[in-house]
Amino acid sequence: MIKARGLQRRFTSRGRTVDAVKGVDIDVDEGELVGFLGPNGAGKTTTLRMLTTLLTPTAGEAQVAGCDLLSDPLGVRKRIGYVAQGGGTGPECKVAEEIELQGRLYGLSKAEAIARGAELTEQLDLSGLDQRMTKTLSGGQRRRLDIALGLIHRPGLVFFDEPTTGLDPQSRANLWEHIRTLRSDQGVTLFLTTHYLEEADALCDRILVIDGGEIVAEGTPDALKARVSGDSVVLGVDEDDMGRAAEIVGDIEGAHDLTAAHGEVRFRVPRGDTALPALLRAFDAAGITTQSMQVQRPTLDDVFLTLTGRSLRDAETPQPADTDKEAQTHAA
Amino acid sequence: MLRDTWLIFRRDATLLLRNPAWLAIGVMQPVLYLVLFGPLMERIVTNTPGFPPGSSWTILTPALIIQLALFSATTAGFGLLADLRNGVVERLRVTPASRMALLLGKVLTNGLTTVVQALIITGLAFLVFDLSAPFGGILLTLLIVAMLSVTLASASYAVALTLRNEQSFPALVNAVMMPVLLLSGILVPITTGLAPQWLYTISRINPFTHIVDAGRAGFRGDFSVDALLTGSVVLVVLMSLCVFWGARTFRRENA
Repeated sequence: MIKARGLQRRFTSRGRTVDAVKGVDIDVDEGELVGFLGPNGAGKTTTLRMLTTLLTPTAGEAQVAGCDLLSDPLGVRKRIGYVAQGGGTGPECKVAEEIELQGRLYGLSKAEAIARGAELTEQLDLSGLDQRMTKTLSGGQRRRLDIALGLIHRPGLVFFDEPTTGLDPQSRANLWEHIRTLRSDQGVTLFLTTHYLEEADALCDRILVIDGGEIVAEGTPDALKARVSGDSVVLGVDEDDMGRAAEIVGDIEGAHDLTAAHGEVRFRVPRGDTALPALLRAFDAAGITTQSMQVQRPTLDDVFLTLTGRSLRDAETPQPADTDKEAQTHAA
Repeated sequence: MLRDTWLIFRRDATLLLRNPAWLAIGVMQPVLYLVLFGPLMERIVTNTPGFPPGSSWTILTPALIIQLALFSATTAGFGLLADLRNGVVERLRVTPASRMALLLGKVLTNGLTTVVQALIITGLAFLVFDLSAPFGGILLTLLIVAMLSVTLASASYAVALTLRNEQSFPALVNAVMMPVLLLSGILVPITTGLAPQWLYTISRINPFTHIVDAGRAGFRGDFSVDALLTGSVVLVVLMSLCVFWGARTFRRENA
């Protein structure tokens, strides 16, 4: 559905040049739900705006929904849906008006637009709000209206930019359900950006991690987590057995970051869940009693830390160049 | 494209009618001029040589209508800045709708607004004051005002999209429009009989002067080539340029 090669975008303002996106390759297959994860200012929105024809790439090429991004932007526009970060409804417009306008701009007749709108408002729990102005809707409702607008023409590929930013936890969980349903019931291919680890983890089949305008890693959430640092394991043993326990642990394939102190042996291993049974048998054979054990799967934050040397939350603190760039992309 | 233009026009017009107060507020200023300044002109015009032909009301009313178009159309960009902020522009630009239609739908709404307001002012001048003007001439002037409104609104959208800033936009509009307004002889016509030579010369360079002259010619029923040609040509050229500019800005990637 998406095949991008060397997509690049450079902004020049007041003599300063910022490479917002430094040549990314993106492949998304039909029916996939792919997440674009990175801190604010990493280039997520810029990439998305290029893929949705809103911004012309400085270099690179892409096929989106079967059309060439550069030579046939109109073809791309007809086939994709886009739900922007801040939404896109006029505060004084009524829900029904926005839905009808959107449908008709995509070439539906008035009757078709109204029928399709009714279907979508039903699916997205927006029934009964037709005559309300969008400024009177709750944040979650408005977000679902944005989604309805993005789906009005039954696109096979939908882009979401930060779909749940600014929503309360309940609305967020609700929106996740709607996004999952889209894929499972209607086979829509989804590409979303997020700077929430839980979101990428909970929703996506595959994640692209972007930082500083480059894709720094790619894979399923589990593969990404397995690839870096591994699971953290903590075993409680008697002080007397510490030395021998540490020795046995040191022999496990892939074990690293081993420390043994205060009755605890801590280490990391690629797959903690499969390493433990054998380890416990080895402890038994050596007469070491295991008093407690704990395995913690790495989080995507660990992944980001390993890849970039910064935690995702630290990376959020925008550098001056980033703020500028963000302001530009947001305003645009 | 026509269909898309109509859809966008209908959206903006619906929003406008939802808050008719804005229409009324826009009309307030010219009405005040008409009521509080117009009577003053009556004697001045009859007693001072150098004014163009016609009564004070046929001189003042079309000028006020054009002033209204200048004010309301040049500030049209404000609405666009709001649409940019809440993402409406982006949402529309990602649809297959023609970029030209996105602009035309909006500027046609601005044109309609000005015509409605102009009708109110003309009606008032007719009923309350001593305006007498031929029907055809008024229609012609309304057409001129509608085109002027489309022209300036296009330019206003182009500037707003380029500046993208709610502070600098009105500052720039004011800085440009103030001298343009004064030099077009809106309140007191800049004629050879009234103005010093240098002021007259500068005012002739100002394209809007010719449009105001054409508007006045319409109200006094003067359909001669002499009175209308320059103004019409200037207006058509300006309109083409501004609509082209606006459409190009809308098409540009960052818009």
